[in-house]
Amino acid sequence: MPEGIAEGIGASVRRKEDRKFITGRGRYTDDINRAGQLHAFFVRSDVAHAKIKSVDIKKAAAMDGVAAVYTGQDIADDGVGGLICGWVVPNRDGSATHEPPHPILAKDKVRYVGDHVAMVVADSLATAQAAAELVNVTYETLPAVVDLASAATAAEIHDGMANNTYFDWELGDEAATADAFSKAKHVVSATLRNNRLIPNAVEPRAAVAEYDHIADSYVLHSTTQNPHLLRLVICAFVLNIPESKMQIVAPDVGGGFGSKIYLYAEEACCTWAAKKLRRPIKWTADRTQAFLSDAHGRDHINKVQMALDDNNKIIGLRVDTLANLGGYLSAFAVVTPTYLHGTLLSGCYAIPAIYTNVKGMATTTAPVDAYRGAGRPEATFLLERMMNIAAAEIGMDPAEFRRINFIPKDAFPYQTAVALQYDIGDYEAPLDRALEMIDYKGFESRRAEAAKRGKYRGIGLSSYIEACGIAPSAVVGALGGRVGLYESAVVRVDPTGTVSVFTGAHSHGQGHDTTFAQIVADKLGIPLANVEIVHGDTNRIPFGMGTYGSRSLAVGGTAISKAVDKVIEKGKIIAAHMLEAADSDMEFKDGKFAVAGTDKEKSFGEIALSAYVPHNFPHDRLEPGLEETAFYDPLNFTYPSGTHIAEVEIDPATGVVTLVDWACCDDFGNLINPMIVEGQVHGGIAQGVGQALLENAHYDENGQLLTASYMDYCMPRADNFPSLQVDYTVTACTHNDLGVKGCGEAGAIASPPALINAVVDALSPLGVTDMTMPASPEKVWRAIQNAQTKAAE
Amino acid sequence: MYATDYVKAADVADAAAKLAAADDGKLLAGGQTLLPTLKQRLASPDKLIDLAGCGLSSISKSGDAIKIGAMTCHADVANHKDVAAANPGLASLAGGIGDRQVRNCGTIGGSVANNDPAACYPAAVLALGGTIHTSKRDIAAEDFFVGMFETALDEDEIITAVTLPTPQKSAYIKFPNPASRYAMVGVFVAQFADGVRVAVTGAGEDGVFRASDIEAALTAKFDAASLDGMTMSEDGLMGDIHASPAYRAHLIVEMARRAVAAC
Ligand SMILES: Cc1cc2nc3c(=O)[nH]c(=O)nc-3n(C[C@H](O)[C@H](O)[C@H](O)COP(=O)(O)OP(=O)(O)OC[C@H]3O[C@@H](n4cnc5c(N)ncnc54)[C@H](O)[C@@H]3O)c2cc1C
Repeated sequence: MPEGIAEGIGASVRRKEDRKFITGRGRYTDDINRAGQLHAFFVRSDVAHAKIKSVDIKKAAAMDGVAAVYTGQDIADDGVGGLICGWVVPNRDGSATHEPPHPILAKDKVRYVGDHVAMVVADSLATAQAAAELVNVTYETLPAVVDLASAATAAEIHDGMANNTYFDWELGDEAATADAFSKAKHVVSATLRNNRLIPNAVEPRAAVAEYDHIADSYVLHSTTQNPHLLRLVICAFVLNIPESKMQIVAPDVGGGFGSKIYLYAEEACCTWAAKKLRRPIKWTADRTQAFLSDAHGRDHINKVQMALDDNNKIIGLRVDTLANLGGYLSAFAVVTPTYLHGTLLSGCYAIPAIYTNVKGMATTTAPVDAYRGAGRPEATFLLERMMNIAAAEIGMDPAEFRRINFIPKDAFPYQTAVALQYDIGDYEAPLDRALEMIDYKGFESRRAEAAKRGKYRGIGLSSYIEACGIAPSAVVGALGGRVGLYESAVVRVDPTGTVSVFTGAHSHGQGHDTTFAQIVADKLGIPLANVEIVHGDTNRIPFGMGTYGSRSLAVGGTAISKAVDKVIEKGKIIAAHMLEAADSDMEFKDGKFAVAGTDKEKSFGEIALSAYVPHNFPHDRLEPGLEETAFYDPLNFTYPSGTHIAEVEIDPATGVVTLVDWACCDDFGNLINPMIVEGQVHGGIAQGVGQALLENAHYDENGQLLTASYMDYCMPRADNFPSLQVDYTVTACTHNDLGVKGCGEAGAIASPPALINAVVDALSPLGVTDMTMPASPEKVWRAIQNAQTKAAE
Repeated sequence: MYATDYVKAADVADAAAKLAAADDGKLLAGGQTLLPTLKQRLASPDKLIDLAGCGLSSISKSGDAIKIGAMTCHADVANHKDVAAANPGLASLAGGIGDRQVRNCGTIGGSVANNDPAACYPAAVLALGGTIHTSKRDIAAEDFFVGMFETALDEDEIITAVTLPTPQKSAYIKFPNPASRYAMVGVFVAQFADGVRVAVTGAGEDGVFRASDIEAALTAKFDAASLDGMTMSEDGLMGDIHASPAYRAHLIVEMARRAVAAC
């Protein structure tokens, strides 16, 4: 950090964007209204699985104030494309992922409760909603397919898709893994369930679509996490519109957690209908629609086997996964349980042989896709549960068992048995620090003290690794990805020396306005207030890939850094010219271009001015202006890691689990704004504890979502948490300029197994060995009852 | 939400007249139940008759009872000195409903009239042997709570106040539903000179009920240990994704034990 600037890299600067959010001045999609605007409301299926016999729109269409009612037939007649899958994988037999059509309005069949069947457009939302109730859809119901374990033998959901299996993929060396198991001293097995979650961003999805028939162009305001990707998909695959005729704007977006990555049917329908009706159309989901139709997360069954040798070293791992992907394949539904899951199965451990088979299954439930962590929480959960199950079976301390299996810090770069090459890490350092923070040594006395109060106390560890900054494009392409995964930035210096940064990353709560500005302010030696971050508008920013996978800083931030470097390089040449020095003698430091070893210097502002008022300018070598673009395609993923430790107390009389302490030490590489990082860690832990303790999407046997409101879907709340102890160790990423790794998903990835390990540890004196998520009061109470009954027998 | 007319009543008689005149009128109290219901289009009254101006918000102590006006909000009950002194179980019950916003809007009249099987107030009113005063008559708690979301109220009848006898001791312990934080099981224990009354909410298929075995045990000896080893039948108890009837049966005894301990 340059001297005197307490707001550069490493400073916990308060978030620039918070003033507007805290004072209610944010501008969200639903805040946008246009003259002549119509409102859309969608008729959704109330059955899980059925043939559509007829859709009678007559009464609805005749209602006063209704502009139009559209059905799947209208969409088909217009040749509108369906929603696409952004990543596919090969099957074990060499065939391709089955990609059934996903029309933006269902035509022949519905495949989950909430599936969009018709669209009503009216002059008010109330009218649209009233008219929607008059749309009469007759169904021939088919058996619902809800149970993941038996989905393969249930009713066929997509024509010609055998066993309701979208794909059947493998990774790793099956023969080598079998060989490891044949030599094992211990084999530990478990079946582990990863429960289904519903993302629940504070702001529900929304869209305002406008069509200008004079220019034949569109503007779509959307709650998207990645405007350019949305533009590409809606233009090229769904509506067949030139990209240059489509502007996508994501204004303030109130959280996404993955659920706003994808193009959804509703915004495509609104855009299509805006042209047909030549009127702006607005749609905003209410909470019920959000529960029913936002892409859900997780939902795996994993059969896991771990092989250990005489020295308690892990020598093999085999994982068979059933992933519930719902009624249709959402955009990144395929990559989430495969390349974002199977590749993480080595965790922070040196495991020589790993094999995994993943079957992506269809059920008549909402589509499932990437949700904070996306695949990595599922991988971490099964691995970190297995670490504890195995440690218990061999009678070893779980911290020690992890330690002896860690990849040693001198073994990097480390090639895992499941494709990834970790560039750098030191897993013992955060483990040691977290053990110290929670006073691991003193735990047994805390357990004894709790027992005196009639409580069972338990402690649980989770040492995780994640692969973030999703990249490089060439690798992604080779693995079946259909997108690039670089990021872009334009750094535009104004004549007065202020700077506007146009980034392809998108902030929907992450604090980019502050973190990105700190990078620029630090590198250019200018005040933070002089840096403006612009994102979320395809007409302003360079083609970008948006935000997910903890990639904004590692990829987007690096692109910004590279563009700033180009500005500095150009500035040096301008300064050399003005100071009549050689380029090679120029230094840039603390906001000044100086001739090395002299007191001759020009400030950043002077150079900016002369770039735009180029009276004394090296015209023979440079064009005027000071604006640079960088596209950064990373060389590798980044690998944040760390250890989280949960301590819980259980009330045996009720089964209630209380989280009493949490210590975590993460290695995110260099930190730009530690306060924002801490916030990300807190939020991630809250979501992970939510999964482990409280949240669960529950469909009944008919495919009705029973948890479609906050009366039944249990979100974590502040009073579910103790004060969280957060600390860091640092091994800087070796392959990006900032040495950063990403922190957005870590908490959600690390925390569920820590919590469940703590619950199981608390109950282990009773002989309890497992607990499914969420560890709800009744489940825990029953586990205690069963253990006591067994003990009495 | 369906379109509806909103009117403000001047007093109880005016509210009754307006209710009688409407096709499908609904009284509006704190709106904490009614408004979400309307927003979800689960009800379509043609008229909302607001009771806010009817002068029904009051708390008065008279000898051995406390009388609470129907429009008194939960926060006022929770924070009232006389309530806290005379009936601590009632004060803590009111203070444990929902969140601050809910407690500053939601009313005792609305809660009792709605008779949600997971609501807290019905447990207090039944355990204390309260009386519900209406625009037409007085109804004993025993006769008032008829079943899930059902009361003895006529369609055009308005609750004006609730009188709750002051017990020697009282406590309410709620095991909250983890999601909604309504009562998954809530037990109100009230000790009177002539015996102990215990009412259970959140658990019964027909709404709030008295737990006679627990009452008998506690009347014999008012001590949490009196409930040791007691089991409740799960017959007639609710089962849902949060709690089975068996778990609720267990929690009833456990919450009763804690309520006695808290007295
Ligand atoms: C987030 C949230 C959390 C909550 N948590 C709890 C909880 O933990 N425990 C709990 O017990 N409750 C809880 N509630 C409900 C709350 O207590 C409400 O106050 C109560 O259910 C209804 O009271 P109200 O004054 O809002 O009535 P309204 O919603 O206005 O009316 C409810 C019904 O009663 C009728 N009504 C109202 N007043 C009268 C009257 N004087 N005479 C006749 N009929 C009348 C109305 O016509 C309507 O049918 C919660 C509510 C919310 C929104």
